[in-house]
Formats: sequence, structure tokens, C-alpha cells
Amino acid sequence: MLTKRIIPCLDVNKGRVVKGKKFKNLVDVEDPVKLAKFYSDEGADELVFYDITASNENRDIFLNVVEKTAQEVYIPFTIGGGIRTIDDFTKVLRAGADKVSVNSAAVKNPKIIQESALKFGRQCVVLSIDAKKNEEGFWSVYINGGRVDTKMDVLKWAKEGERLGAGEIVINSIDTDGVKDGYDLFITKEIAKCVNIPVIASGGAGKKEDFLKVLKDGSIDGALAASVFHYGEIKIKALKEYLYENDVAIRRIK
Amino acid sequence: MIAIVDYGVGNLKSVYKALEKLGFEAIITSKEEEINQSKAIILPGVGAFKDAMDHLIESGLIDCLKKNVKEGKPILGICLGMQLFYEKSYEDGAWNGLGLLEGEVVRFEDQLKVPHMGWNDLIEGVKDEIGKDINGEYVYFVHSYYVKPKRKEEVLFWTNYGIEVPAVIRKDNIFGMQFHPEKSGETGMRLLKNFGELIK
Repeated sequence: MLTKRIIPCLDVNKGRVVKGKKFKNLVDVEDPVKLAKFYSDEGADELVFYDITASNENRDIFLNVVEKTAQEVYIPFTIGGGIRTIDDFTKVLRAGADKVSVNSAAVKNPKIIQESALKFGRQCVVLSIDAKKNEEGFWSVYINGGRVDTKMDVLKWAKEGERLGAGEIVINSIDTDGVKDGYDLFITKEIAKCVNIPVIASGGAGKKEDFLKVLKDGSIDGALAASVFHYGEIKIKALKEYLYENDVAIRRIK
Repeated sequence: MIAIVDYGVGNLKSVYKALEKLGFEAIITSKEEEINQSKAIILPGVGAFKDAMDHLIESGLIDCLKKNVKEGKPILGICLGMQLFYEKSYEDGAWNGLGLLEGEVVRFEDQLKVPHMGWNDLIEGVKDEIGKDINGEYVYFVHSYYVKPKRKEEVLFWTNYGIEVPAVIRKDNIFGMQFHPEKSGETGMRLLKNFGELIK
């Protein structure tokens, strides 16, 4: 039986892992390769590396981190942040990534989804959506690290992403991100209802129960979190045992 | 020496690093001589079927691969690499594969989430040395298409995704893994080790 995935996300800035609240106030945490290996040993099902600087001069440092991780860690990982062109896809896949996530660039140029899916296969194209209920009261797609409201409907964009060839959707709720009060169940499940590709919840995990809430009905395929893992507030192994005991399909670690 | 065939697609480094970690000598190559000199071949694959076949044709390596397989050299196809062994794929069209094995590659039914992505367990089919001590363990799958083999006796392990999906196949010296052993933690490493040990 296919299991639900627990996915630590590592935001990388200048070769270090950082974590901020609502995309601001970045705090330095740890060496990414070391942390990746630790999570893999603990039972993480997958890892996400997010290049939050995405400036050209730091790009090589980041690719270097990806390569080093691929040497040490034998579970899948996704790269996101600053992916704009097919060439960017090629570079990170060559460096050892399994999947590539696009966010703002896909909103600005949806063709990138189509082209990359044709070239590399849908399964390695992840559409990452930053969502927020905007001032007008509807769920809108935000870009540029949550700073710009595109006024695009989140559900429509998710469907369009699937049509263009995305193999997975990560839905990150800006309002719950970093607040540790649980995933946004509403928008995450709405998206899972309207697409037929895996959906990963992101933003808001604070305790074990938050993971259970989002995974237990089976419609969501995985849960992504950062700070609760980075600061050791939740141990992945214990989390997986807890989910298993609560009837969530999970890959347990011996 | 294990030759990892570089034909312009896929995640070659991960396979290479995993073999290196296991203590096997490996080389990433697109050279015919090096493939001929190797003791085993790995055909990796991430991407789309047609694109991969086009690259294989352009690389001029198809005859070389077929010759090596015919001579009895162990070859392991990973994910799309395994699918390429079969006669035909219906991924965004209808394309011919290498035809080393009989069967077709088809898409999952629409009621399932596609791709089949994540960790799923291995259910033993035909007992084989390469799958020793593996039954029931989890490995990482990422694929939208799966193999419908002509012969069930070529399937060493299945996995269940609404339907039975061949996960590890073997016919003589031809091996295939639909999942990514190089990304399947300790279980995947053991399967790669079992393959590598065939040449010792």
C-alpha cells in the first residue's frame, strides 16, 4: 500500500539552512547536508531543498549542496527556488535532484510546466503554490515569496498546473506558515478534490496532531514541515509511529 | 566494473554514488568500448519514454546494448530504463522500445492518482537471489506508466497501487526495477548490492 510521506523542507541561504516566520526574519539553523542525512536516518520519506536566495552568485553554492547531498543521502529530494528555465531543470537534475519545483516562474510563464514535463517526465515537475485568502476574501495565488497577489484563483491554477503536466502539487498556506497552528485543511483538501495528482500540505505544522489531521482521511499524500523538525520539537521517527498507531499508512523505521 | 549508460537523460549521479558507497567500481559512460568492457550494465532513466528512446537512438548505443545483453551480461533497467526493455509504450503516443522483453508500457487508470509517487511495499512473486530477504519492505516509486508483461513468471516482486504493478522483473540476465533503488534507503541499497554481486 502506498504510504503517506513525511517531508522535511530545508530552506537554504548561502549554503546554510534557515527558517523564518511568514517568509521573513530568517534565522540560521544548520548545515544542509548534515541535516539531510540526519532526517534520512530518522525516516524522512523525502526532502525538499529550497533555494531562498536564488541570486546568481549563490546558485553555484546551492548546486554544490545538492550534489553533496546526493552523495550522502539515498532518499528522493526535490529542489525549488529560482527555477525559471529548462536549463535550470537540467542543472539541478544533473546535480542529483529527483524532482524540481516551480512556483513564481510557472505563474509568469506556464509553458515551463509543459516543456519540462515533456522533456523530463511529469513525475519530476512539482507545482508549488503559495496561497492566501486575500483582502477580497477569496483564495488567491501569491508569488515572489508571498509578496505579490496575482489575483489568480488557487483551485483554477492547481487544475491548470495539472493540465500542463505537473506531477505533484505542494500547497503552502502563507497565513499558517511558521505559525505552528496546523495546516490549512480547507484549501489543501479543496485542491486534493479538484486534481488527480499527489497533493502535499505545507505550512503550519506545530505538533503531531497537525500531521494526523491533514493525513488521516487519505486525500492528502504527504505533509511538509521545516522548523518543527529543525528545532527537534517533533522527531520524525516518533511522529511516524504516532501516525501508524492512528491508522495512517506509513513507512515505519526499524 | 559496472557501466551506467549515459544517454542524455536521467539522474546518473545518484546511481553512481550508491554503487560507489556499496564498494562497486562504476563508470558513467556513453562509449561503446567501455560498455563492452564492463561486467554489468545499468540503464537508468528519468523522463519521458519517447525522449529517452530518441536519445538512445542518437547515442548509437542500441546495437551495443543488445549485443551485450545477448552475450549474457547482467543489465539492470531502473524506472524508465526498465520500461525501455519492453516492446512498446503508450506514453503520450505509441512508441517502440528495445524489445528485449515481451510486454507493453501503459498508463495507470484515471481513477488513481497519477503519478504513483511515494513509498510502497514489495510483494514477492517469483523467488530469486536478487530479492533475498526483501519481502514486505518499502521502496520509492515515481511513475505514471507501468509494465504489463506478457509473462508473470518474469516478475520477482509486485507492488499494489489499486492494481498489481510489476516492481522487480527478471528474465535471465535482464533485470528491471520500476522504483528507484538508489533512492530507496537501505532496502534499495540491498537490492543494488544483490545485483552488483552477480558479477563477482
